[in-house]
Amino acid sequence: MQAPEPVFSEPWHAQLFALTVYLNEEGHFAWPDWAARFAQTLKRHGFAKELDGGDDYFNAWLETLEAVLAERGAAGAEEAEQVKAAWEAAYLRTPHGQPVHLTSSEG
Amino acid sequence: MGLDIAFQPRNACAMPHDHHDHDHDADHPHSHLPSDPALRVKALETVLTRKGLVDPAALDEIIDTYQNRIGPKNGAQVVARAWSDPEFNRALMHDATAVVAEMGFYGRQGEHITAVENTPETHNMVVCTLCSCYPWPLLGIPPGWYKSDAYRARAVREPRAVLADFGVSLPPDTAVRVWDSTAEMRYLVIPRRPEGTEGMDAEALAALVTRDSMIGTGLPKEPAT
Repeated sequence: MQAPEPVFSEPWHAQLFALTVYLNEEGHFAWPDWAARFAQTLKRHGFAKELDGGDDYFNAWLETLEAVLAERGAAGAEEAEQVKAAWEAAYLRTPHGQPVHLTSSEG
Repeated sequence: MGLDIAFQPRNACAMPHDHHDHDHDADHPHSHLPSDPALRVKALETVLTRKGLVDPAALDEIIDTYQNRIGPKNGAQVVARAWSDPEFNRALMHDATAVVAEMGFYGRQGEHITAVENTPETHNMVVCTLCSCYPWPLLGIPPGWYKSDAYRARAVREPRAVLADFGVSLPPDTAVRVWDSTAEMRYLVIPRRPEGTEGMDAEALAALVTRDSMIGTGLPKEPAT
C-alpha cells in the first residue's frame, strides 16, 4: 500500500486554509463569493504561467484573502506588512530551537 | 501540452519544494526563517487575532479536522452503502445532500452534493474548472493535481487522455461525462461495484473504494482473490 499523500504539503497552506474557512464560518464572507474572487485570481495568475496545485495555488489563495481582508478593513495592507516585518525580525533574532515571539511593542 | 507530470497522482503532492526562501544553513544561529507567503499568513493571523476576529485554537481545530478526521474514508462509506443497499442508492441519487447529512457528512460551506453513478454506458469524472470546488465532507482536501491548471483545463477538453494518464482505459462505447463543480454544487462519483464482491460486507467494500474512483480518475480496487 502506498503512503498517503499529505493533506497539506506545507504548514502555511493548512494555516491559510483554516483561516479562510474560519472567517467564512464566522460570516465574514459567503463561500460562493470567496470562490468567485479566488477563481479570478487563479485565472489572472494562470495567464503568466501554468499553475501547479501546490504553492502556486495557495499563493493565489493568499493574494485573494489579503485583498478581501484589506477591502473590508479587517487587515489593511500596511498593517499586515508591518506585522510581517515584525515576525521576520523575531525569527532572525531568536536562537535556533527557541520559540519565536513578537515583543510586546510588536504584538 | 506536455504536462504529464501533473497527472502522476503518486508524485503530485510529493514534488520537491525547492523554490522557497528557506534557509537550510546549519551554521546559522537564528531560527529557520519561514518563506515569504508563510510570513504573510502569519501576519494576517496575528492582525486578525489582535482584533478579536480570529481564535487561533479554532484554526488548529479546523486543521486537525481536515488533516485527521475528514477524508476519502467518508465517501467510501457512502459508496459501499450505495453498492449494498438499493433503497439507499435510490435515495442517494434523488437527494445526496440530505442522505449524506444523515450519515453525519454535511458541507460546512452550505454546498449541495450530487451523486453521479457510473454505468456500463457512462463514466463520470469531476473537475472544478474555475478553482477547486470539491466535496470536502466526503473526500477531504483535494489532491494537488486536482487543483493544478493542467487538470482543470484538460479534464473538460480531453477527458479520455486525462483518464489514460491516470491509467484508466474505458471501453470505447462508454461515454465520459465531466461534471464541473461550483461553490454551491459538488459531485461524488459512485464507481461501479467490482466483479467478485458478492457477499462482501459494507466495511470490506469500502476498503476497495479509492479517492480517485470517487473523483472519476480511477477505478475501485479489485477484491483480493
